[in-house]
Amino acid sequence: MKGIWWKLLGPLLILYSISMGLYGPVPRLPILNETIRVLYYHVPMWFSMIAMMLASLIFSIQALGEKEGADLKAFEFARTGFLLASLGLITGMVWARFTWGAFWVNDPKLNGTAVTMLIYLAYFVLRSSVEEAQKRARLAGVYNIFAFVMMIVFIGILPRMTDSLHPGNGGNPGFNQYDLDSNMRPIFYAAVLGWILIGLWISQLRIRYKKLRDAKTI
Amino acid sequence: MQKLSRYITLLALALFSFSAKAQQMPEVEMADSLRENGKIFVVIIIMSLIFIGVAAYLFNLDRKISKMEKGQ
Repeated sequence: MKGIWWKLLGPLLILYSISMGLYGPVPRLPILNETIRVLYYHVPMWFSMIAMMLASLIFSIQALGEKEGADLKAFEFARTGFLLASLGLITGMVWARFTWGAFWVNDPKLNGTAVTMLIYLAYFVLRSSVEEAQKRARLAGVYNIFAFVMMIVFIGILPRMTDSLHPGNGGNPGFNQYDLDSNMRPIFYAAVLGWILIGLWISQLRIRYKKLRDAKTI
Repeated sequence: MQKLSRYITLLALALFSFSAKAQQMPEVEMADSLRENGKIFVVIIIMSLIFIGVAAYLFNLDRKISKMEKGQ
Protein backbone atom coordinates (compact mmCIF):
# COMPACT_ATOMS: atom_id res chain seq x y z
CA MET A 1 0.00 0.00 0.00
CA LYS A 2 1.28 3.40 -0.98
CA GLY A 3 2.06 5.88 1.80
CA ILE A 4 1.10 3.52 4.58
CA TRP A 5 2.90 5.58 7.25
CA TRP A 6 0.70 8.63 6.96
CA LYS A 7 -2.39 6.49 6.54
CA LEU A 8 -1.58 4.97 9.93
CA LEU A 9 -0.53 8.28 11.46
CA GLY A 10 -3.86 9.98 10.71
CA PRO A 11 -6.08 7.48 12.57
CA LEU A 12 -3.55 7.25 15.43
CA LEU A 13 -3.62 11.01 15.92
CA ILE A 14 -7.42 10.99 15.92
CA LEU A 15 -7.52 8.10 18.39
CA TYR A 16 -5.22 10.14 20.61
CA SER A 17 -7.54 13.13 20.32
CA ILE A 18 -10.60 10.96 21.10
CA SER A 19 -9.11 9.41 24.22
CA MET A 20 -7.17 12.36 25.61
CA GLY A 21 -9.87 14.77 24.45
CA LEU A 22 -12.39 12.99 26.63
CA TYR A 23 -10.06 12.22 29.52
CA GLY A 24 -7.60 15.13 29.68
CA PRO A 25 -7.99 18.20 31.86
CA VAL A 26 -9.91 21.19 30.49
CA PRO A 27 -10.62 24.64 31.94
CA ARG A 28 -13.77 24.82 34.05
CA LEU A 29 -15.89 27.42 32.30
CA PRO A 30 -19.53 28.29 32.99
CA ILE A 31 -22.13 27.62 30.25
CA LEU A 32 -19.56 25.60 28.28
CA ASN A 33 -18.97 23.08 31.08
CA GLU A 34 -17.89 19.76 29.57
CA THR A 35 -18.93 20.80 26.08
CA ILE A 36 -15.60 22.63 25.77
CA ARG A 37 -14.31 19.23 24.61
CA VAL A 38 -16.30 19.66 21.40
CA LEU A 39 -13.44 21.91 20.35
CA TYR A 40 -11.36 18.78 19.68
CA TYR A 41 -13.92 17.41 17.24
CA HIS A 42 -15.77 20.37 15.76
CA VAL A 43 -12.96 22.83 15.01
CA PRO A 44 -10.65 20.30 13.22
CA MET A 45 -13.46 19.81 10.69
CA TRP A 46 -13.04 23.44 9.62
CA PHE A 47 -9.25 23.36 9.68
CA SER A 48 -9.18 20.23 7.54
CA MET A 49 -11.90 21.64 5.27
CA ILE A 50 -9.74 24.68 4.58
CA ALA A 51 -6.75 22.40 3.93
CA MET A 52 -8.81 20.38 1.42
CA MET A 53 -10.01 23.55 -0.31
CA LEU A 54 -6.42 24.80 -0.46
CA ALA A 55 -5.36 21.54 -2.13
CA SER A 56 -8.32 21.92 -4.48
CA LEU A 57 -7.19 25.45 -5.35
CA ILE A 58 -3.65 24.29 -6.11
CA PHE A 59 -4.90 21.52 -8.41
CA SER A 60 -7.27 23.96 -10.08
CA ILE A 61 -4.35 26.27 -10.88
CA GLN A 62 -2.49 23.25 -12.27
CA ALA A 63 -5.57 22.34 -14.30
CA LEU A 64 -5.48 25.80 -15.88
CA GLY A 65 -1.91 24.98 -16.88
CA GLU A 66 -3.46 22.00 -18.69
CA LYS A 67 -1.93 19.41 -16.41
CA GLU A 68 -3.52 16.03 -16.93
CA GLY A 69 -5.81 14.80 -14.16
CA ALA A 70 -5.50 17.95 -12.06
CA ASP A 71 -9.13 18.89 -12.67
CA LEU A 72 -10.33 15.59 -11.23
CA LYS A 73 -8.08 16.03 -8.20
CA ALA A 74 -9.37 19.56 -7.61
CA PHE A 75 -12.94 18.28 -7.77
CA GLU A 76 -12.40 15.38 -5.38
CA PHE A 77 -10.55 17.52 -2.84
CA ALA A 78 -13.36 20.06 -2.90
CA ARG A 79 -15.83 17.21 -2.37
CA THR A 80 -13.97 15.98 0.71
CA GLY A 81 -13.76 19.56 1.94
CA PHE A 82 -17.50 19.87 1.49
CA LEU A 83 -18.09 16.68 3.46
CA LEU A 84 -15.92 17.97 6.31
CA ALA A 85 -17.69 21.33 6.19
CA SER A 86 -21.08 19.62 6.41
CA LEU A 87 -19.94 17.66 9.45
CA GLY A 88 -18.52 20.84 10.98
CA LEU A 89 -21.77 22.69 10.37
CA ILE A 90 -23.97 19.96 11.85
CA THR A 91 -21.78 19.48 14.93
CA GLY A 92 -21.55 23.23 15.32
CA MET A 93 -25.34 23.54 15.25
CA VAL A 94 -25.71 21.01 18.05
CA TRP A 95 -23.03 22.76 20.08
CA ALA A 96 -24.66 26.16 19.47
CA ARG A 97 -28.04 24.88 20.65
CA PHE A 98 -26.64 24.09 24.09
CA THR A 99 -24.28 27.02 24.54
CA TRP A 100 -25.75 29.91 22.56
CA GLY A 101 -29.35 28.73 22.89
CA ALA A 102 -30.34 28.11 19.26
CA PHE A 103 -29.36 25.84 16.39
CA TRP A 104 -28.77 28.82 14.15
CA VAL A 105 -27.90 32.33 15.27
CA ASN A 106 -27.22 35.30 13.04
CA ASP A 107 -23.52 35.08 13.55
CA PRO A 108 -21.36 36.33 10.65
CA LYS A 109 -19.31 33.15 10.74
CA LEU A 110 -22.35 30.89 10.46
CA ASN A 111 -23.87 32.86 7.62
CA GLY A 112 -20.49 33.13 5.93
CA THR A 113 -20.09 29.37 6.13
CA ALA A 114 -23.52 28.82 4.65
CA VAL A 115 -22.67 31.12 1.73
CA THR A 116 -19.32 29.37 1.26
CA MET A 117 -21.00 25.99 1.07
CA LEU A 118 -23.45 27.29 -1.52
CA ILE A 119 -20.52 28.66 -3.53
CA TYR A 120 -18.91 25.21 -3.55
CA LEU A 121 -22.22 23.56 -4.43
CA ALA A 122 -22.34 25.86 -7.44
CA TYR A 123 -18.81 24.65 -8.32
CA PHE A 124 -20.00 21.03 -8.33
CA VAL A 125 -23.00 21.93 -10.47
CA LEU A 126 -20.88 23.95 -12.89
CA ARG A 127 -18.31 21.21 -13.26
CA SER A 128 -20.87 18.51 -13.86
CA SER A 129 -22.71 20.59 -16.45
CA VAL A 130 -19.86 20.64 -18.97
CA GLU A 131 -19.33 17.51 -21.03
CA GLU A 132 -16.10 18.22 -22.81
CA ALA A 133 -13.10 17.52 -20.55
CA GLN A 134 -10.80 20.39 -21.53
CA LYS A 135 -13.52 23.00 -21.40
CA ARG A 136 -14.66 21.59 -18.08
CA ALA A 137 -11.17 21.77 -16.61
CA ARG A 138 -10.81 25.40 -17.63
CA LEU A 139 -14.26 26.57 -16.48
CA ALA A 140 -14.18 24.68 -13.19
CA GLY A 141 -10.59 25.74 -12.56
CA VAL A 142 -11.35 29.44 -12.96
CA TYR A 143 -14.48 29.18 -10.84
CA ASN A 144 -12.69 27.25 -8.10
CA ILE A 145 -10.11 29.99 -7.72
CA PHE A 146 -12.95 32.47 -7.17
CA ALA A 147 -14.63 30.05 -4.76
CA PHE A 148 -11.50 29.79 -2.62
CA VAL A 149 -11.09 33.56 -2.47
CA MET A 150 -14.75 33.94 -1.51
CA MET A 151 -14.31 31.31 1.21
CA ILE A 152 -11.40 33.25 2.71
CA VAL A 153 -13.46 36.44 2.60
CA PHE A 154 -16.58 34.89 4.09
CA ILE A 155 -15.09 32.79 6.85
CA GLY A 156 -11.73 34.43 7.39
CA ILE A 157 -12.17 38.16 6.93
CA LEU A 158 -15.80 39.26 7.30
CA PRO A 159 -16.37 37.62 10.73
CA ARG A 160 -13.34 39.52 12.01
CA MET A 161 -14.78 42.86 10.88
CA THR A 162 -17.84 42.63 13.12
CA ASP A 163 -18.74 41.01 16.39
CA SER A 164 -19.07 37.28 16.35
CA LEU A 165 -20.01 34.74 18.97
CA HIS A 166 -17.07 32.65 17.89
CA PRO A 167 -13.95 33.19 19.96
CA GLY A 168 -11.10 34.97 18.24
CA ASN A 169 -13.40 37.05 16.05
CA GLY A 170 -14.22 40.73 16.16
CA GLY A 171 -11.02 42.69 16.01
CA ASN A 172 -7.83 41.09 14.87
CA PRO A 173 -6.75 38.05 16.83
CA GLY A 174 -3.16 36.92 16.69
CA PHE A 175 -2.71 33.24 17.21
CA ASN A 176 -1.26 33.81 20.67
CA GLN A 177 -4.28 35.76 21.75
CA TYR A 178 -6.36 32.73 20.95
CA ASP A 179 -7.13 31.70 24.48
CA LEU A 180 -6.58 28.03 23.99
CA ASP A 181 -5.56 26.35 27.21
CA SER A 182 -2.03 24.93 27.15
CA ASN A 183 -3.39 21.49 28.16
CA MET A 184 -5.75 21.54 25.22
CA ARG A 185 -3.28 22.72 22.59
CA PRO A 186 -1.42 19.44 21.79
CA ILE A 187 -4.64 17.42 21.63
CA PHE A 188 -6.26 20.00 19.40
CA TYR A 189 -3.33 20.18 17.00
CA ALA A 190 -3.11 16.39 16.87
CA ALA A 191 -6.80 16.28 15.95
CA VAL A 192 -6.32 18.91 13.23
CA LEU A 193 -3.38 17.07 11.68
CA GLY A 194 -5.16 13.73 11.99
CA TRP A 195 -8.28 14.95 10.23
CA ILE A 196 -6.25 16.61 7.48
CA LEU A 197 -4.55 13.26 6.85
CA ILE A 198 -7.91 11.45 6.83
CA GLY A 199 -9.22 14.05 4.38
CA LEU A 200 -6.21 13.49 2.12
CA TRP A 201 -6.74 9.75 2.32
CA ILE A 202 -10.43 9.87 1.42
CA SER A 203 -9.70 12.23 -1.47
CA GLN A 204 -6.88 10.01 -2.72
CA LEU A 205 -9.11 6.91 -2.60
CA ARG A 206 -11.84 8.67 -4.56
CA ILE A 207 -9.35 9.97 -7.14
CA ARG A 208 -7.90 6.49 -7.65
CA TYR A 209 -11.37 4.99 -7.94
CA LYS A 210 -12.42 7.58 -10.51
CA LYS A 211 -9.26 7.01 -12.53
CA LEU A 212 -9.90 3.26 -12.57
CA ARG A 213 -13.49 3.84 -13.60
CA ASP A 214 -12.53 6.23 -16.39
CA ALA A 215 -9.88 3.82 -17.66
CA LYS A 216 -12.52 1.11 -17.88
CA THR A 217 -15.06 3.14 -19.85
CA ILE A 218 -12.58 4.33 -22.47
CA MET B 1 -21.64 62.93 61.08
CA GLN B 2 -22.36 63.14 57.41
CA LYS B 3 -18.84 62.05 56.69
CA LEU B 4 -19.19 59.01 58.94
CA SER B 5 -22.43 57.90 57.28
CA ARG B 6 -20.74 58.29 53.94
CA TYR B 7 -17.95 55.97 55.07
CA ILE B 8 -20.45 53.45 56.35
CA THR B 9 -22.27 53.48 53.03
CA LEU B 10 -18.99 53.01 51.21
CA LEU B 11 -18.08 50.08 53.45
CA ALA B 12 -21.50 48.51 52.99
CA LEU B 13 -21.28 48.84 49.24
CA ALA B 14 -17.79 47.41 49.23
CA LEU B 15 -19.00 44.40 51.20
CA PHE B 16 -21.92 44.05 48.83
CA SER B 17 -19.59 43.89 45.89
CA PHE B 18 -17.65 41.12 47.60
CA SER B 19 -20.74 39.01 48.07
CA ALA B 20 -21.78 39.72 44.50
CA LYS B 21 -18.40 38.57 43.29
CA ALA B 22 -18.64 35.43 45.40
CA GLN B 23 -22.01 34.67 43.85
CA GLN B 24 -20.69 35.25 40.37
CA MET B 25 -18.08 32.53 40.65
CA PRO B 26 -19.77 29.34 41.76
CA GLU B 27 -18.00 26.05 41.26
CA VAL B 28 -18.52 25.17 37.60
CA GLU B 29 -20.26 21.87 37.24
CA MET B 30 -18.18 19.29 35.37
CA ALA B 31 -18.54 15.54 34.97
CA ASP B 32 -16.04 14.87 37.75
CA SER B 33 -17.61 11.68 39.06
CA LEU B 34 -17.61 10.24 35.53
CA ARG B 35 -13.82 10.53 35.61
CA GLU B 36 -13.42 9.49 39.25
CA ASN B 37 -15.21 6.17 38.90
CA GLY B 38 -13.55 5.48 35.56
CA LYS B 39 -16.74 5.14 33.51
CA ILE B 40 -15.28 7.70 31.11
CA PHE B 41 -13.07 4.87 29.81
CA VAL B 42 -16.18 3.06 28.61
CA VAL B 43 -17.03 6.08 26.48
CA ILE B 44 -13.45 6.37 25.25
CA ILE B 45 -13.26 2.68 24.33
CA ILE B 46 -16.56 2.71 22.47
CA MET B 47 -15.78 5.86 20.51
CA SER B 48 -12.32 4.54 19.68
CA LEU B 49 -13.76 1.21 18.52
CA ILE B 50 -16.19 2.95 16.18
CA PHE B 51 -13.40 5.08 14.78
CA ILE B 52 -11.11 2.06 14.39
CA GLY B 53 -13.91 0.39 12.46
CA VAL B 54 -14.17 3.32 10.08
CA ALA B 55 -10.37 3.43 9.64
CA ALA B 56 -10.28 -0.33 8.98
CA TYR B 57 -12.94 0.15 6.32
CA LEU B 58 -10.77 2.79 4.65
CA PHE B 59 -7.75 0.47 4.81
CA ASN B 60 -9.74 -2.31 3.23
CA LEU B 61 -10.94 0.00 0.47
CA ASP B 62 -7.39 1.18 -0.14
CA ARG B 63 -6.18 -2.43 -0.42
CA LYS B 64 -8.91 -3.31 -2.90
CA ILE B 65 -8.20 -0.28 -5.07
CA SER B 66 -4.46 -1.09 -4.99
CA LYS B 67 -5.24 -4.61 -6.19
CA MET B 68 -7.35 -3.27 -9.06
CA GLU B 69 -4.59 -0.83 -10.00
CA LYS B 70 -2.12 -3.70 -10.19
CA GLY B 71 -4.51 -5.76 -12.31
CA GLN B 72 -4.62 -3.06 -14.98
